[in-house]
Amino acid sequence: MIAKQTNQKAWFMVLPVFLVVAFSAVIPLMTVVNYSFQDTFGSNQFFWVGMTWFRDLIHSERFHDAFLRQIMFSSIILAIEIPLGIAIALTMPKKGWGVPVCLISMALPLLIPWNVVGTIWQIFGRVDIGLLGHTLASLGFDYNYTQDPVAAWLTIIIMDVWHWTSLVVLLAYAGLCSIPDAYYQAAKIDGASRLAVFRYIQLPKMQRVLLIAILLRFMDSFMIYTEPFVITGGGPGNSTTFMSIDLVKMAIGQFDLGPAAAMSLIYFLVILLLSYVFYTVMSNIGEESSNGGA
Amino acid sequence: MRWKWLVPAIYIFFLLLPIYWLVNMSLKTNDEILSIFSLWPRDLTLANYKVIFTDASWYSGYINSMIYVSINVVISVTFALPAAYAFSRYSFVGDKHLFFWLLTNRMAPPAVFALPFFQLYSSIGLFDTHIAVAIAHCLFNLPLAVWILEGFMSGIPKEIDETAFVDGYSWPRFFVKIFIPNIASGIGVTAFFCFMFSWVELLLARTLTAVHAKPISAIMTRTVSASGLDWGVLAAAGVLTILPGALVIWFVRNHIAKGFALGRV
Repeated sequence: MIAKQTNQKAWFMVLPVFLVVAFSAVIPLMTVVNYSFQDTFGSNQFFWVGMTWFRDLIHSERFHDAFLRQIMFSSIILAIEIPLGIAIALTMPKKGWGVPVCLISMALPLLIPWNVVGTIWQIFGRVDIGLLGHTLASLGFDYNYTQDPVAAWLTIIIMDVWHWTSLVVLLAYAGLCSIPDAYYQAAKIDGASRLAVFRYIQLPKMQRVLLIAILLRFMDSFMIYTEPFVITGGGPGNSTTFMSIDLVKMAIGQFDLGPAAAMSLIYFLVILLLSYVFYTVMSNIGEESSNGGA
Repeated sequence: MRWKWLVPAIYIFFLLLPIYWLVNMSLKTNDEILSIFSLWPRDLTLANYKVIFTDASWYSGYINSMIYVSINVVISVTFALPAAYAFSRYSFVGDKHLFFWLLTNRMAPPAVFALPFFQLYSSIGLFDTHIAVAIAHCLFNLPLAVWILEGFMSGIPKEIDETAFVDGYSWPRFFVKIFIPNIASGIGVTAFFCFMFSWVELLLARTLTAVHAKPISAIMTRTVSASGLDWGVLAAAGVLTILPGALVIWFVRNHIAKGFALGRV
């Protein structure tokens, strides 16, 4: 990193961004804080209820369930996508015509609108008209993602693996490409096994990008909304109602302003904590690369 | 390791199969979709695409999306450019906190903001306008643009700035004439990612619009829940939303990892 000059006038360059983001972030957030401590009988009459909504929420089963489902979903996603992504990145070609072919076809799912990702899998999984659903049905599996919670979960998880594993692959691949050839030659001279090369050369060099990948995947899966909304709408029953879906149901579907606002705040605090971890990791990476002189 | 290529090959096959199915379905008639199960269209037809291009309730969705996405990209990139320069070159009071605060907005769940945005934009009379969605999407796109551009700008040696100032360039002239051409590819990548993230977002766009600015994504979900019948047209609409990304993917292929990782790879 470059040694930075102290200049308070730089604030003027940042000001436009600050104002726009503050307009979009601070005012709505204050609205939410406001609602979370009040109740209403409609017609804009509010009164103070203190911590009631937060207490209710902490003890409500609905919130526990949505939160647990969310944690479970994010954990499963990470457990599948990270190892799979590393494995694919390791086997990707390093040069030749295979590189652009891999990069482009793998990046394709990342650039598809999220609701279309939902639509694609909705169509793909249907027993009557979808390739996946039809094939499974004719093999004798009882697969129906609109009726069976297990099938719904499987569909959403496979969909997310399909959608986002490429991100892990591309990041890990970028990490692998930064390893100089000399490292591999040295390992060859020492007679290092394939496993040793992975453990002592590739993994340490990929460490930073993998951290970024894990954090990004965790946070984005933690606020997933569109894809399950399109595929299952949170059903069957409530089995795929994740935090975001539950929150929107509560806020816009039922217009329960107080509880929804309290839930928003708790949700936001969790994200804030994760962002802090992410930021610390990112800053350390910046310093490391400047000190290492790579 | 002779069979190593099989792993990426199988993975790519797995990626392309559902997309193929969507394209396949968009080229079939509804009768064929529902009556016979075929791996390719027997009765190739472009009728589904014709419906979208002739029915205003469909194609207006694309126009609406395009309008607010373009406004958003212009705002994001022009506002983020000087801010990213400030973050990459100067230290000032609160710079680190501000940079972190921007990140929290990129990471914030849109669901948290849906209701307050609805009320905020209704109260200032912007509900159901393109500009409302464009500004709402700035919530995550402006921080994204600042972070990505900062990543690109930090790769430009500071000597360029110093030489220009010694040569008597004023700051605005230096920025436009020398600095922007130097990070042109970075600006392209940033614009692409702002475009993408605004294009794929559904929740806020759907909450903030009713009729006049309704995006294509919201029209697609409405069609599913209302009738659930016209699969061919739905598939065709899906294919058309993939196209913008698929067309420019070649130009950004080496920067995709960098863009998604907020300029930090």
